[in-house]
Amino acid sequence: MKYQAPDKKGFYGQFGGQFVPETLMKAVKELAKVYEESKEDEEFQTELRNYLTQYVGRETPLYFAKQLTAYAGGAKIYLKREDLNHTGAHKINNTMGQIMLAKKMGKKKVVAETGAGQHGVATATVAALFNMECTIFMGAKDVERQSLNVFRMELLGAKVVSVTAGSQTLKDAVNEALRYWVANVEDTHYVMGSVLGPHPFPEIVRDYQSVIGTEARRQYVEIAGKLPEALVACVGGGSNAMGLFYPFVEAEEVSMYGVEAAGLGLDTPYHAASITKGEVGVLHGAMMNILQDEAGQIMEAFSISAGLDYPGLGPEHCYLHAMKRAEYVTITDDEAVAAFQLLCQTEGIIPALESAHAIAYAVKLAHTLPAEQGIIVCLSGRGDKDVDQIKTRLEEERKQNEKNA
Amino acid sequence: MKKTLEQQLTEIQRKKKVLLIPYIMAGDGGIEKLEPTLHFLAKQGVSAIEIGIPFSDPVADGPVIQKAGIRALKEKVTLEKIIQELQKSTVAVPLIIMSYFNPIYHFGLEKFITEIKKTPVKGLIIPDLPYEHQNYIQPLLQNSDIALVPLVSLTSSKNRMAEISKKAEGFIYAVTVNGITGTRTKYSEEVDAHIRLLKSIASVPVLAGFGVATIEHVEKFAQDCDGVIIGSKIVQMLHEKQNEALQVFLTEAVAIATTKKAE
Repeated sequence: MKYQAPDKKGFYGQFGGQFVPETLMKAVKELAKVYEESKEDEEFQTELRNYLTQYVGRETPLYFAKQLTAYAGGAKIYLKREDLNHTGAHKINNTMGQIMLAKKMGKKKVVAETGAGQHGVATATVAALFNMECTIFMGAKDVERQSLNVFRMELLGAKVVSVTAGSQTLKDAVNEALRYWVANVEDTHYVMGSVLGPHPFPEIVRDYQSVIGTEARRQYVEIAGKLPEALVACVGGGSNAMGLFYPFVEAEEVSMYGVEAAGLGLDTPYHAASITKGEVGVLHGAMMNILQDEAGQIMEAFSISAGLDYPGLGPEHCYLHAMKRAEYVTITDDEAVAAFQLLCQTEGIIPALESAHAIAYAVKLAHTLPAEQGIIVCLSGRGDKDVDQIKTRLEEERKQNEKNA
Repeated sequence: MKKTLEQQLTEIQRKKKVLLIPYIMAGDGGIEKLEPTLHFLAKQGVSAIEIGIPFSDPVADGPVIQKAGIRALKEKVTLEKIIQELQKSTVAVPLIIMSYFNPIYHFGLEKFITEIKKTPVKGLIIPDLPYEHQNYIQPLLQNSDIALVPLVSLTSSKNRMAEISKKAEGFIYAVTVNGITGTRTKYSEEVDAHIRLLKSIASVPVLAGFGVATIEHVEKFAQDCDGVIIGSKIVQMLHEKQNEALQVFLTEAVAIATTKKAE
């Protein structure tokens, strides 16, 4: 299969596009142009590679999780250790590239949204490195839930703006960041945190995150002498999954699974399953699958994991889903919390709650596949940020159990 | 043949009067307020009325219109209810619907156009549907009397202005700030030259919008283009039930003559 997306207008099949106010059209067009140029710019590419090696700490290992595999009782599970990157998640692969692009465009300031704070921290980090003024928008509820990450961003010199509009979570932070960008478009670059937003953002973020899949593919072939049978990654906006999937898209024998957050359950309104339960619409500049009500108003997404708490899924995922190249499945809060503990106990790795969704599905999947097959799971981030939340939850569960006993 | 919206605006222009289009948020204060508000504004002699459709994620709007949208959504106002109201409307001035793309896309683009043909709506503004994506809606409007009103911003190049102008219907909405809707006290210096340039290119009336809130603003823009759109100021005054003050303001504003040097 030959795969080429997006098209010239920024579409992945019917998904994607540039649904933005006129004021931003110049900026997204300029970005697309500069991005294309940067691909041919060897100096730029060498500098980016050097930063990824020496600053971010790439490449990251592809680790055979022997105990987890034994637990699942089936296919071999390999973890792509994005949690070992500087700042503890895959997000920095993208912020490094985008902020270098911003510099190339002569921008002085960067702005970004953040949910859990991982992308905010990764943006603030690289902004500090390149001496750029940095503003991060974060929903007021998330500011409260993730106070440590707020402080981290401030330490790194960023200004964190708490967003009290709308549902006060990630989607409103994106709205506010877009508004800020419209007002400061001449000297500011918007560092989009996932494979979302108007073209060329989904393409740029995918390409910068593809380092995950490119490395993993080579590493797996070195170990196994063949391609893996399956890939598993969690999807909120979908950047770590797109990064893992993209270098495998044309290898049709490799199954790809994106794991959406089912929150409290798909039969409740409390989930973030944009593909499974959403409908096609336009949000934040792109046509994609979105959780919306019968009047086309965007609904709030829900997940224990703030990083998956987004009511849409990147256009390229919607495309892969529509063409049946990737499958999208769901994992509930409870399953994710169980997988979180499982990985701690079997492998001594504390995963991010986002990544725990991928672990949970990978264990299920491995169980159905023979031992000679292999699965690569993207361990997109480390779980230090979630330890407090898990502690509170487990304590409450224990109290509840004692009461019932 | 020119569509009604452009014809009517051109008619007012001929009298050397400024074109004045107030913006309201449909359903702010309840859907039953929509029709009386339209009549109230029409009585003040406005040129047309822009009706905002509430949306959960209005990225081009400032706090005043955001809050009005949230109030309308809390009243359970939907695009469907608004259309039903407008189908009963007897207001005589042309109406223009301003909606983000998602509510109308979700409603069904064809169905939306079919339904608004049965209302006094003569124009459509979709702030997140740029020139590149007009093909989603333009073909559906070809045999209708509904104009697709384009926006031009301070970041639009001269070539782009020309391209947009070529296909423009009704009027061109000139966004006067790099920013979101909402009242502000002053405009950047580049605005005047930019609007004059646009005016020299455009073959339809040019109206300035975003931040227009005072008589001085109206006078300022009456010098370089054909009129103004007033949003946040009107939305706020209606919300605060300052109808008398609004009446005074509008009466004064519609009397302003255009003094464009170009004509």
